[in-house]
Amino acid sequence: MTLISAEGLRVRQGGQIVLRDVNLTIEPGEIVTIVGPNGSGKSTLLRALIGAVRPEAGRVVRSRGLKIGYVPQSLKIDTTLPLTVRRFLDLPMRVSDALAEAALDEAGVAHVAQKQLAELSGGQFQRVLLARAIIGKPDILMLDEPTQGLDQPAQAAFYKQIEALRDELGCAVLMVSHELHVVMSASDRVICLNGHICCEGTPEVVRAAPAWRELFGTGTQGALALYRHDHDHDHDHDHDHHHGHDHAQGHAHSDATLESTGQ
Amino acid sequence: MFDAFLLRAALAGLGTGLAAGLLGCFVVWRRMAYFGDATAHAAILGVALSLVTNLPIFAGVLVMALVMGLALDRLDSRGHEVNTALGVLAHSALALGLVAVALLPGRQVNLDLYLFGDVLTVGWGDIAVIWGGAAVVIGLLWWFWSRLLASTLTPDLAHAAGFDPRRDQRLLTLAIACVVAVAIKVVGALLIAALLIMPAAAARGLSRTPEAMAILSMTIAGIAAVAGLWMAVWLDTPVGPSIVCVAAGIYLLSHLATGR
Repeated sequence: MTLISAEGLRVRQGGQIVLRDVNLTIEPGEIVTIVGPNGSGKSTLLRALIGAVRPEAGRVVRSRGLKIGYVPQSLKIDTTLPLTVRRFLDLPMRVSDALAEAALDEAGVAHVAQKQLAELSGGQFQRVLLARAIIGKPDILMLDEPTQGLDQPAQAAFYKQIEALRDELGCAVLMVSHELHVVMSASDRVICLNGHICCEGTPEVVRAAPAWRELFGTGTQGALALYRHDHDHDHDHDHDHHHGHDHAQGHAHSDATLESTGQ
Repeated sequence: MFDAFLLRAALAGLGTGLAAGLLGCFVVWRRMAYFGDATAHAAILGVALSLVTNLPIFAGVLVMALVMGLALDRLDSRGHEVNTALGVLAHSALALGLVAVALLPGRQVNLDLYLFGDVLTVGWGDIAVIWGGAAVVIGLLWWFWSRLLASTLTPDLAHAAGFDPRRDQRLLTLAIACVVAVAIKVVGALLIAALLIMPAAAARGLSRTPEAMAILSMTIAGIAAVAGLWMAVWLDTPVGPSIVCVAAGIYLLSHLATGR
């Protein structure tokens, strides 16, 4: 049973087509990551899926009664609005104290209920957003660059939490990220987006795809290629026996070298 | 000492204050201060409309405030540079209204009544309209409280939960038009926005939840309305500006007490 799908999606914003010919389906329980350069339409795609952006052509189909837990890219809480974490969890529907506590606990921020949202650290705030998203036991969690502004250990911890949540709740996860090195290891499926879907598949398949290498391997995306190199390097150490990766690592090496000589 | 006309004035001020105090929280949270001001300025055009058509002042003002609010909404949702457009529309409506009233044949209209309010002359019929309008505003906001709060935080959260934040925006536009219509006789077109913003801003530093802020803001607005009336009688000053002065004083005290 497909949870949510997009068929031939085209979105225009400010006269420009930012998404075209996007077809995708999300199945229960899978973790799918959308990656792509800045301005590639990642956030727009997510917002089209939740219904915040109206497509010019194509359509979004949600399974009947689909419950979406959405974690927005950034949520600037206006300082004029006083709001405790506990009250925030009541939006837009009131929830019981027990549910609220359980959600905060699962998101890894058990003790912040009475704090003002404005008093939270960046990491705590993202986890509170996550707690709010999982409170209604969603069928699918959608996260838009959820680790923005977190340092690398905090990012890694956050993605671990997402995986654990998926296992616990059995929900699908669709996230947008540019943290390629972290995301690649945590996803079942990767969708590489640049206005349209360039390539998709398991992380290994996408990594080997020419379109992927074009986007992240050369030119101004050099920093990303280096990231990938880091990741492959670590990966290689951890899993020496895993021969499938040696090939990919070789590519990454050459890309990274190319970049460092090019700069 | 407490004459009937003073009682009516106090009741009119109180009803207006309660509605404006509550709605003002959303005006502050959503940064709609200028929006409120523009809608209020359109009220003068509404006065002209009422005088031409022989409608009650409330009705004309409500219609024009609503037209202005919906026009601004539309600009906003189309992604226009709203700040400039607001300035243009607000002052065009005010100027156009003033010119229209002056052009009306056959009668001298005292514009001060509509610019600064004239709460000492309200009748029992006016009181009924004011409290009716206030009840509509408070009822609407109460009923949709949670989803209004959610879409105030971020429209995308509302979308994800399955409702349309643009509807919430229109709801608030309607509420603002109601408050403008109700407040025109109390504080006048020029000072309505003050009654929306000051009590809510004063309540902010003293509150930890949106609900606490809303109740405190209503209380402050109510106190400002009654104390302003008392001050106006005592000092023989115009009532509308006196109410706003008291509200400003409370804001200043709150600001000094909380340091924010």
